Amino acid sequence: MRYLILSIVIFAFATSAKAFEIEDRAVFGEMKDGPVLRIISTADINYFTPMIDAFRRFRSDVVIEYTVASSTEIMRAVYDEKQPFDIAISSAMDLQTKLANDGLARKHSSSLTQNLPDWAVWNDMVYAFTQEPAGFVISNKILEGLQTPQNRQQLINTLRQNPEIFRDRVGTYDIRKSGAGYLFATQDARVSDTYWRLTEVMGTLRPKLYCCASEMIQDVIDGNLAIAYNVLASYAEKSPHSDKFTIILPSDFSIVMLRTLLIPVSSENPQLAAEFLDFVLSETYPSGVSPLLKTRSLEDATENTLYRIALGPGLLVYLDNFKKKNFISEWESAILQD
Amino acid sequence: MRFLLIEDNQALANAVIDRLCLDGHIVDHSSDLETAWDFTSTAEYDLILLDIMLPDGDGRTFLKKHRNAKSRTPVIVLTARSEVSDRVGILDLGADDYMIKPIDYSELEARCRAVLRRQTGQARNAINFGEVEFDSLAGSLKIKDKRVKLRTKELRLFEVFINSPDQIFPKSQLLDRLFPYEVEASENAIEVYVGRLRKHLSGSNVSITTVRGLGYKLEIL
Amino acid sequence: MTHPNVRGSIRQRLLVMLLLSAAGIAILLYAVVQSVAKQVVQESQDNILAASALSILDSARVIQGEISIDLPYSSLSMLDSVIDERAFYSVRLNDEFLSGYEDLPRIANLSDVTEFQSASYLGEGIRVASTRRSFTTVDGQVYLEISVAQTLTGLNKSITRISQISLAIGFGFFVLSVLAAVVIARSTTKPLHLLTRSVSRRGPSDLRPVAAPVPTEMAPLVVSLNNLMKRLQNSLSRSEDFIAEAAHRLRTPMAIVRTQAEVTLMRIEKEENRQAIREMIRAIDETSRTAGQLLDHAMVSFRTDSLMKETIKLDELIVDAVHRVSPISELRDVEIELQTLDKVVLAGDPILIQNAVQNVLDNAIKYTDADTTITVSLVRGTEFAEISICDRGSGFEKNEIIHLLKRFERGKNASGVVGSGLGLTIVDEIMRAHDGTVSLQNNKGHGACVILSFPL
Repeated sequence: MRYLILSIVIFAFATSAKAFEIEDRAVFGEMKDGPVLRIISTADINYFTPMIDAFRRFRSDVVIEYTVASSTEIMRAVYDEKQPFDIAISSAMDLQTKLANDGLARKHSSSLTQNLPDWAVWNDMVYAFTQEPAGFVISNKILEGLQTPQNRQQLINTLRQNPEIFRDRVGTYDIRKSGAGYLFATQDARVSDTYWRLTEVMGTLRPKLYCCASEMIQDVIDGNLAIAYNVLASYAEKSPHSDKFTIILPSDFSIVMLRTLLIPVSSENPQLAAEFLDFVLSETYPSGVSPLLKTRSLEDATENTLYRIALGPGLLVYLDNFKKKNFISEWESAILQD
Repeated sequence: MRFLLIEDNQALANAVIDRLCLDGHIVDHSSDLETAWDFTSTAEYDLILLDIMLPDGDGRTFLKKHRNAKSRTPVIVLTARSEVSDRVGILDLGADDYMIKPIDYSELEARCRAVLRRQTGQARNAINFGEVEFDSLAGSLKIKDKRVKLRTKELRLFEVFINSPDQIFPKSQLLDRLFPYEVEASENAIEVYVGRLRKHLSGSNVSITTVRGLGYKLEIL
Repeated sequence: MTHPNVRGSIRQRLLVMLLLSAAGIAILLYAVVQSVAKQVVQESQDNILAASALSILDSARVIQGEISIDLPYSSLSMLDSVIDERAFYSVRLNDEFLSGYEDLPRIANLSDVTEFQSASYLGEGIRVASTRRSFTTVDGQVYLEISVAQTLTGLNKSITRISQISLAIGFGFFVLSVLAAVVIARSTTKPLHLLTRSVSRRGPSDLRPVAAPVPTEMAPLVVSLNNLMKRLQNSLSRSEDFIAEAAHRLRTPMAIVRTQAEVTLMRIEKEENRQAIREMIRAIDETSRTAGQLLDHAMVSFRTDSLMKETIKLDELIVDAVHRVSPISELRDVEIELQTLDKVVLAGDPILIQNAVQNVLDNAIKYTDADTTITVSLVRGTEFAEISICDRGSGFEKNEIIHLLKRFERGKNASGVVGSGLGLTIVDEIMRAHDGTVSLQNNKGHGACVILSFPL
């Protein structure tokens, strides 16, 4: 093993004997004899409660057990431990794709799924039910008087021209810790090499690296950050202090993440799972009734600047040991310049 | 009348010649086609009696040649062959009529007369006897510009008489000449016909007289 | 008309054989199109897999003596470009697993050429492409082996579509073949129909060989047919010759005797002798008539056995027959009166029908009283054409009417009239041969009617 000494992040759980860790859990309805639908999800309980309530208006007999876990823990629960979850919901498109590609998702097809746009389905197994663009979150106070950058090139220029403002006050994902950060970074890099120049410029400003979007947003609100790069607009929009910052979807291109759901093969109640899946899709797709599929910021964006991350085996490339090692080392050499 | 008989069976030919001569006809005889052809090219005949089976050929070839030569002399074919298979061919080749052997001579006479009657433009074959002009073909008597049409039997009977005037014919002989042998007829029938002829002849100098115990004869008074 | 012993049909057999072979070819076509198309589809899948594997191999480089691989995004995304397809890969250095799916089936004894295999992985059929390249590292010569695999969703979809298309092609071919087969079968049997028509169109005595051109295959049939006709003609003329010869042999001597007897009769005076000779002549007449009718009867039987029909104008035939007997009727002072004479055309043997009419006319002349009139008429009805010949004789006796049509039966009133009794038998046989009937009726009070009835 002298060719390759890797801190294996992704496949590490494959050998772990430990049970997966959960962050939160909620049960909707009373645990009686009725059917139970077990959902494992990366989304907060609050975030998904309206959807579950809506479903239970039709199927009040169904008890829904909602478990919140990180995307890696979902992977462990479904991939390794084959826990009997009926629905897996995750924002980690790569991991959802891997579950499906490796035969851990059940195929499901209905009249509803057949009418979905191509980008929203992969292999009748993975279904997207949101589109969540990533953008800049800019502190209104700190950037007051400066021209607001509308695209990456403008951002680069703004950062370069005002190092005194931005030093120690630029934030982005630590892609070594955040799956979403890694996904955004790799897709950014795939679309344009401006990403690497931007990363290098950020590197000169001693950037702060975060595990999670919420912390980044909080620091912007608190005035600790002038700008946070690659933050999900959908998270930022929900902040009660949204008056303190501006969300900008870059006009050159905005990476759009798709939140997806699938039915694990380990599901004990696949029929009910399919019913729930169809319900979610029916709520989200027809004429965009559901708030889940559209964000406010998306309404202003033009379709041709949106770059939806494509579901499919292409995503597996960034899960590759070599690929990941190469990418991260390149990123590190750009962002860690001290 | 003048006949040409073309018949290869000598015995039959002799018998026919004898029989026709009894009726007062003149008969030339040829037993093969070549001789027959010589006869027709040198003499005029009223009628040709033609046998079909001949030693030097088929009678039908003679018929064909005869018709091609535009000769108007009628031909009656005498055949021993089956009527059914031959008659169409014979008539088609230009024979005027045909008879099957053995020949009934009264039928032959009737057919001859019919055939000759059909010939048009033929010079009238009238015989004058006393004040009576007899046309055997037309079957009529002309007495002093008055023309009388004879019925078949009357005609036949008058023909017998006029062919041998002054000859006495017994009733039985007349009976045989007048009626086919298959018909049983009595001598009274002869008296009936003689009576009819006498009626036609009245007013002329010709009459049929009774020779008591012998028969009848035709004479000029 | 006898019906031939029919078994099978050339056209049907031809049709069945053509259709069977068309079906065979259609199935073969289906199989060939499908297998070729499958191969093409498989090849295109293999090409993509190979491109993917080679693109991964190309991304490998040795950095500071170690192998580094930068998996291109397109290496896996290209496998999914048209149809969602699961994709797998594995990277091995010599036999050591480096990355991807460790348990992905390998191809044993891999050479330097890209190789392919079909396998099953994670519960689904897959197609694997494997390729390798040698690198020189600090460890010396090593082989980097890349396998890329893909599920068969797209392939199966293509194959299903191709199956449908090739099925349609096969079926289309079959439908066209059916049409072609019908046309071919019809045109193949056409010369047979033409020959049949040309033979059946012939007149009854037309026994000439068939001269119309026929295809090679039918030549033997035509040769046999021509031979048969030649033999038929020979036997026909032999039979006729025989009857003619027999008639000649019989009649000529009788003609001599009769003529001699008649000559003798005219020369002798004695009534007893005359009576004897008259009897003799009558006997000769009867004998010759019987002989003639026997020969006629033989001829009629012969002709009715192989009845050959042609178109006959019945009215003209009757006029001819009356004309022919008129000298005899005149001889007896009997008149023949032609009454209604409708135009009738029918199919039959003219010689036989002429014979029948003449026989009836002869009888009528023979049996009618002297100085009477025989009436002849031809009436065309809806179903029958009837020839009525009525005399003024003594008529038939009621109970003998049926028997009269049998051979050698003569009416009781015929005494004193020469006849063989065969005449009506001949007439009856001729009529039967033409699907017609003879009926004998007595005229009210006096005379008899013979009615010949032909179906129309």
